[in-house]
Formats: sequence, structure tokens, C-alpha cells
Amino acid sequence: MIEFIGTSKQYRLDKKIIKALDHIDLKVNKGDIFGVIGFSGAGKSTLIRTVNLLETPTEGKVIVDGKDLTTLSRRQLREEKKNIGMIFQHFNLLSSKTVFDNVAMPLTLSGVNKREIEKRVNEVLKFVGLESKTNAYIDQLSGGQKQRVGIARALVTNPKILLCDEATSALDPQTTKSILELLKRVNIEYNITILIITHEMEVIREICNRVAVMENGQIIETGNVLEIFSAPKTKTTRDFVQSVVRDEIPQSIYEQLQVANPNERIFKLKFIGVDVGQPIVSEVAKKFSVDINVLFGNITELQKIPFGNLIIEIVGADTETEKVVQFIKNRNVQIEEVLANGSKPRNYSGSDLGNAIYG
Amino acid sequence: MEVSREIILGAIWETLYMVSIGLFFGATLGLILGITLVVTRKGHILENRWVFGIVNPIVNIFRSIPFIILLVAIIPFTRLIVGTAIGTTAAIVPLVLHIGPYISRLIENSLLEVDEGIIEAAKAMGATPWQIIRKFLIPEAFPSLILSVTTATIGLIGATAMAGAVGGGGLGDVAITYGYQRFDEMTILVTVILLVAFVQLIQTIGNRLERHFRHSS
Repeated sequence: MIEFIGTSKQYRLDKKIIKALDHIDLKVNKGDIFGVIGFSGAGKSTLIRTVNLLETPTEGKVIVDGKDLTTLSRRQLREEKKNIGMIFQHFNLLSSKTVFDNVAMPLTLSGVNKREIEKRVNEVLKFVGLESKTNAYIDQLSGGQKQRVGIARALVTNPKILLCDEATSALDPQTTKSILELLKRVNIEYNITILIITHEMEVIREICNRVAVMENGQIIETGNVLEIFSAPKTKTTRDFVQSVVRDEIPQSIYEQLQVANPNERIFKLKFIGVDVGQPIVSEVAKKFSVDINVLFGNITELQKIPFGNLIIEIVGADTETEKVVQFIKNRNVQIEEVLANGSKPRNYSGSDLGNAIYG
Repeated sequence: MEVSREIILGAIWETLYMVSIGLFFGATLGLILGITLVVTRKGHILENRWVFGIVNPIVNIFRSIPFIILLVAIIPFTRLIVGTAIGTTAAIVPLVLHIGPYISRLIENSLLEVDEGIIEAAKAMGATPWQIIRKFLIPEAFPSLILSVTTATIGLIGATAMAGAVGGGGLGDVAITYGYQRFDEMTILVTVILLVAFVQLIQTIGNRLERHFRHSS
């Protein structure tokens, strides 16, 4: 649906060349809710703006719905933009106009007749749940309502793609959730492909099915959300994952451990999908002559699939411990030995992902 | 007071005439120049180094010429436009050339206040540059534009006082020729009170209109 092929964008700033985008290759499939995450300055804003040519790439192509927009005439491009809705962090609504007139704007610009505008605008306002605010001015609305107007305005032309530029970053957590729910409905009910850029891993966890991580104008990691959450490969990605899925032992417990037994072996287990239901810890304790001390555990949900983290201390002979590791691996549970703070792997004992991820 | 009621009434009419006609053409000129200054600047929707590079200094030149000098300097041009260089109508030509560039700067400021995000949203919708100006920039800046024009109108009233130099008449002219030059303090007082009332009235109307059209806090 959207394909970046060697897309680059360079700026010249005081004789210095800044690479906002550095040979991006990325494909967003039809029906995806694709998230691009990165810290500010990573280039994600520029990336999303190349899709509707608010930014023109200096190199490479962006193919949208089979068309390279840079080759179109101005008129064709304006026509094509009706297929690409966009919502913004600061909403970018007209304060001089009512909710109705704001939502109607894209249709007014293309000269649609009044009766049709009224029908369509009321339709989308109902969809976003703002039919009672039709004649309100923008300044009378809350942040969440403003973004709903933004979404209605983006949907009014029946687009195939919706671009979300930090759409929830100016909203409180509660409102963010409700806007994300709405975006999910947009994806399912209207079958609109959504490209989201954000710096909040929360957003990725809540609604995205695929994700790309950006840093210094490059995509450093990409994959489906479960893969990225369960096996982040880079430091940046790990940091993002840890911002929503805690998998570190609290500092106080760590200090206690250091005092009690500086030579303990600590492992991190990741359960995905059905594995969450396995009574692994008690089985291990019964089967092997080791003691298990649970240090930390949590469980979260990714696209309806439960995803658990468990950090345990195994006390026993090394040979016995190895057997335990093998036993756990055979149960399709990811296990890795970690230093006691839980974040830095000592040596990977391999990462076997359960079938749940791929299935 | 030595001047008759007829002279005062005539002068009020002349002032209203010069201000209203001068404002109409001055605001039109100012709007065109102001929009040009905004949209042709670097990074804007119709970026054009040449147009901006020409319009910008021209506006500055007209802004820097003292009105009394401008009034006299463009006499041949005035004659070309209205057929005469003296009288109330003749005074309007220099008034427009004086106030137009001033209004253009005020309008430029008002339009630049519009959030860039609005323009980005317009572009994302596929709006043409003309649509961006008409449907986004001007409506969003409208309350601020009203205040700009109000300020300009008051500036225009001040400028009409000098129109006497070319026989333009008006309240300011009466104050100078009958009051100042003949030491008639009463005439000065009456004309000044009238001018103050006039300015108050315009500022009040401007503020009310601005509030009426502003839907944001």
C-alpha cells in the first residue's frame, strides 16, 4: 500500500548536510496498522510527510497504492491526496469555523455539492461520536474531541490510507486510549491502512500489528509487534519495549540479592500466547533438584495475545541448572541468562520463540 | 469661534470621504501586497525570491517617505489618475499610496500569526495555493485583520490632516488653517474633540467586530 524504496531526504543547514532520511526501505501492507517509533529527531516526522509529499524525497521513491506521487501532475496529485487522510499532533483545525465546516473542508475544496457534503459530514461525525457537537467551535472542545474532529475530517473523503502524525502525543492517557480505540475501528470498519508515527511505545502496543524503529534517519529494526516486543535486537528498541513492559528487577531487590548471594544465576523467561498457562516453575521445582526464587513477573497483552515476563533465580548445581534451561527451552518458552539487573544478557542461551508468534 | 457651522460640517464630510475612499483602496492595495509578502517568502506556499525581493523594498520605501513629501512628490501621478492635483479627491491618491503599504505590513503580521500547522493540513487535503489563502489563511487571521484595519483607519485620519496642503480639506485642515494659523483656540478645540470622538468610535467598532468574529480564546 505504501512502499518506501531507498527513500532519502537531505537538508542543507548552514553548509552542513543533514540526513533526515537515509535510504529507507519499508513496506506497509494493505490493512496494516503500521507504527514507526523513534525519539524526536529520528526522522519519523519527515518519513510520514513523504507519503503525501508534504516533504519531497531527495532520493528514492515512495509508492502509494501503486503510484509514484512525484511523477504526477499537480492536479493528479491533489486528486490522489483525497486517498490519503492525515491527522496531526496539534490537530490543525480551523478555529474560525465550526466542527461541521472543519470536517466539510476537504469536500468544499473539491466542489462537492451541499447536500452531499451534509450527508457525508453527518455520517463521519456520527462515526467519531461527535454528532452533538456539529455546530460547536473548535475552542469549545476538549483535546480528545478535537482529535475526533481531525479524524472525521481525514475520513470525509473516504481515503484508503490514514497518516497519523503523533496523533495522541498531546493527549492524556485516558483520552489516548479512546482515540486509539477509534483508530482501530477506522482500520477495521473502513478497511483503511494506517501509518502511525509516535514516540510512545504504548501506542504501538495498543493498536499496531507491525512496527519499525527509527534512529538517525534509518530504520534500525522492523517486524511484527510480537517479534519486536519479545525479541528486541537493538538497544533503542529494548529501551522502547521496557518503557511499557517492565522486565527488570526492582533496584531494591537487586541490592538485596547482591548482598545475599553475589554468585546466583538469574534467568529471564518470556512466555507468549498459550505458554502463559504453563505451570513451568512448579514443574521445574518438582523435577529437578534446584530451588527457584521468583524475582519478578508481569503479563501484558499484545494484539489479544498474552505476553509474559518472568525473572527467576535458580539455585543449584550448574549441571542441574543447565538441564532446567534445556527443559524450559523445550517447552517453547524463551529463556536467557541475565545479569542480576535483568536488562543485560550475560550470554544468550538462544531465543526460541513459541509458535504463537508466527501462527 | 470664527468658523461657521457650515465649514465644520463640510470638513466632517470631507474627512469621512477621504477616510472611507482612501481606506477602501488602501485596504485593497494593502491586502494584495500583504498576501504577496507572506506567500512569496522563503518556505511559503508560493515562494518566489524575485517577487518578494521587489515588493518588500518598495513597501519599505513608501513607508519611509513622510506623507507631506509624498503628497507633493506624486502630483504628476495624481493628475494622471484623477485628472487634477488639488482638492479632496486628489488627496485620496497619495493617501492610498501612503496607507496601502502600511496596511500591507499589518496584514503581513496578521497572516504570519496563522499556525503553520493549518497550512500543512490544507496542503495535506490537496488545497490549491489560492484555496489556502482564501479558505484557510484569511478566515483564520480575520479577527486580527479587523484590528489591523482599525489601526490603519486611525492612521489614515491622522494623515488626512495634511491633505490641506493640496486643498483636500477635512477637519485637520480646518484646525490648521482656521485654528492654528489664526490663533483661534476654540476652533482647534472643536475639531480636536471631533477627531477624538471619531477615533474612539472607530476603535470601538473595530474591537466589537473583532470579538464577534473571534471564536477562539
